Amino acid sequence: MKDLYQSQRAMRNKRQAAMQRGVIAVLDVGSSKIACLVLRFDGPERFQDSDGLGTMAGQSAFRVIGAATTRSRGIRFGEIDAMHETERAIRTAVQAAQKMANVRVDHVIACFSGARPRSYGLAGTVELHDGAVTDNCVARVLASCDVPDYGDEREILHAQPVNFAVDHRSGLGDPRGQAGNQLSVDMHMLSIDRTPIENLLYCIKRCDLELAGIASSAYAAGISSLVEDEQELGAACIDMGGGATGLSIFIKKHMIYADTVRMGGDHVTSDISQGLQVPLPMAERIKTFYGGVVATGMDDREMIDLSSDTGDWEHDRRSVSRAEVIGVMRPRVEEILEEVRVRLDAAGFDHLPSQRIVLTGGGAQLPGLDGLASKILGQQVRLGRPLRVQGLPQSVTGPSFASAVGTCLFAAHPQDEWWDFDIPVDGYPARSLKRAMRWFKDNW
Amino acid sequence: MRSLSSRKSFRRDPAPSRWSYRFQRLWLTPTFRQVVRVGMPSLLVLAGLVAYLSDADRQRAIGDAFADMRRSVEERPEFMVKVMSVGGASDALAQDVRDVLAVDLPLSSFDLDLESMRKEVESLDAVERAEVRVRSGGILQIRLQERVPAIIWRGADGLELLDLGGHRVDVLERRADRADLPVIAGEGASEVVQQALELLERAGPIRSKIRGLVRVSETRWDLVLDSGQRIMLPSDRPGPALDRVLAWNEAQDLFARDVTHIDIRNAQRPTLRMSANAVQSLKELQGIVVKKDVAE
Repeated sequence: MKDLYQSQRAMRNKRQAAMQRGVIAVLDVGSSKIACLVLRFDGPERFQDSDGLGTMAGQSAFRVIGAATTRSRGIRFGEIDAMHETERAIRTAVQAAQKMANVRVDHVIACFSGARPRSYGLAGTVELHDGAVTDNCVARVLASCDVPDYGDEREILHAQPVNFAVDHRSGLGDPRGQAGNQLSVDMHMLSIDRTPIENLLYCIKRCDLELAGIASSAYAAGISSLVEDEQELGAACIDMGGGATGLSIFIKKHMIYADTVRMGGDHVTSDISQGLQVPLPMAERIKTFYGGVVATGMDDREMIDLSSDTGDWEHDRRSVSRAEVIGVMRPRVEEILEEVRVRLDAAGFDHLPSQRIVLTGGGAQLPGLDGLASKILGQQVRLGRPLRVQGLPQSVTGPSFASAVGTCLFAAHPQDEWWDFDIPVDGYPARSLKRAMRWFKDNW
Repeated sequence: MRSLSSRKSFRRDPAPSRWSYRFQRLWLTPTFRQVVRVGMPSLLVLAGLVAYLSDADRQRAIGDAFADMRRSVEERPEFMVKVMSVGGASDALAQDVRDVLAVDLPLSSFDLDLESMRKEVESLDAVERAEVRVRSGGILQIRLQERVPAIIWRGADGLELLDLGGHRVDVLERRADRADLPVIAGEGASEVVQQALELLERAGPIRSKIRGLVRVSETRWDLVLDSGQRIMLPSDRPGPALDRVLAWNEAQDLFARDVTHIDIRNAQRPTLRMSANAVQSLKELQGIVVKKDVAE
């Protein structure tokens, strides 16, 4: 636990250094694409006074000066499968973004979707010595949380205090300065597998970049595509990526649950490929051009040529109707959504005051998905797009870039995590004082 | 499993190689960029120049070429001075000026140092002020203001003409050449020409009788008359003293008497010195001594 604390703290320091230099890169390592955005921090909210808006979600502090996307290679289920391929893909994206920004970036904040995230709710309680909550008390209460046994081969990705309570007053965002006798905290901890994150670290290091932070893409998609009241009142964000579908639940502007379903758009593509006997690139093309989940009468008449070049006349001149394509795709999409439903039920999503569900990610561009999702997940479903960020190119504003944009916001204004507080040093000064007193007594 | 290495050969991958990626990052480093774009070219140019100029022959050739170019511009007819004109001077002085300057025209105006020429001309005794300039049309114009001789100074070496300020104007051969000018003599007389002239002005009524003024021990004047009489003036306020003497002369016809020195150095006690004959006569008249020839 200690070394993780240290490494996360080191990453925070690197982020501070990057902020000082004013340039930081954001890397979204997905299964279908790798996006790299270069952010420039122009100082503390230059336009805050002029336009009458506050800091908003922190997106007014920076502008995007470089953006590049590349098809990702060697990544499956959001996890790195072939290291060198992935490294080359990251290099491509970073180089193109650097070229657009015309500036060299050294620090990168990465987000990725795989590695089987698992959420834990932690609680801790401490007695307050001096009747009021100080920074040290917050650190102590965070350290007092009883950490569950999350496994040897796992690491903690996020550990965010969600709720503080002083005595019996709960729901405090910032308890410092409050008077009371007892401070308790609820913390949300997200653990992930160690191997994928180590692979990612290795790849980023091979690209001569320094990792200044790491985020779960489900979390990043949530902070970029949920609007403020949804984050406040309770909502789930479903980030439908290529290899994995991430879901994160927010309430009171904190993430309280995150999980991934290891299925995504790539599986839909492979279903089409298998079902229609076409190669994968063509299946991908059919999915993006003709895909859908609700067939209508019109779709029976819309024929899609499945031309290929095998030399077999019959095989090369097949065609399918769009309804057939939809018939192939829909079961898989339903399966994904049902799996999401299971996770949401397990997390107790039904007990939240508001049960808004926002679909985002590349898979959310599938026509008719919101109708299907509302049948499976509940009535309050909408399609989400990421927050608009200054300087973001038009091509990068789609729902596929929700987690990339979310990581930008994460880079600009990270939420407090456990490692932002100093390790409490309780006991030590008192004991040493006592020892000093004894020494005086013995000698005089 | 298929061979990994052989697959690489035909796969098209847009990914940059590690080295090109590193190079691009290096290129985007501002310091490196500055060094390559500004530092290295300037260093190269500098090194080339140094290598080129380190040869002494080349340096000389470049210097010669430069001098030739300069020469050719300077010697254009527009800049050539062909004639010297000396204005405001007598012919003799003009000839002196030409001799002193000794410029052999035609000459480029760039080669003329007008200031030193002016100084040189002004170093001539007879020139009070000179103005030297190059006029359009290639004329070197020298305008002079001559010193006007005001007095003759008889020094150890002969007669010299002095102007009002006591500056030497010329050497005089004979006194008679400038009979119109008064004469002064004595050590240090040249410094107080102005005062001498003032005294002579006061002595207007006896002007014709004055032979000159003699400066005595650089402090005071003796006015010498053509009869050999001397009026010894005080060093302090000699003018009024002279006026007194003149007034005596008016009243008692002093200069007609047999007096050799009229000493008014002490205003309280003017003294007359008579000639030996006069003293003898006086003594005889007073009966102090007997007239020799009478006694014999």
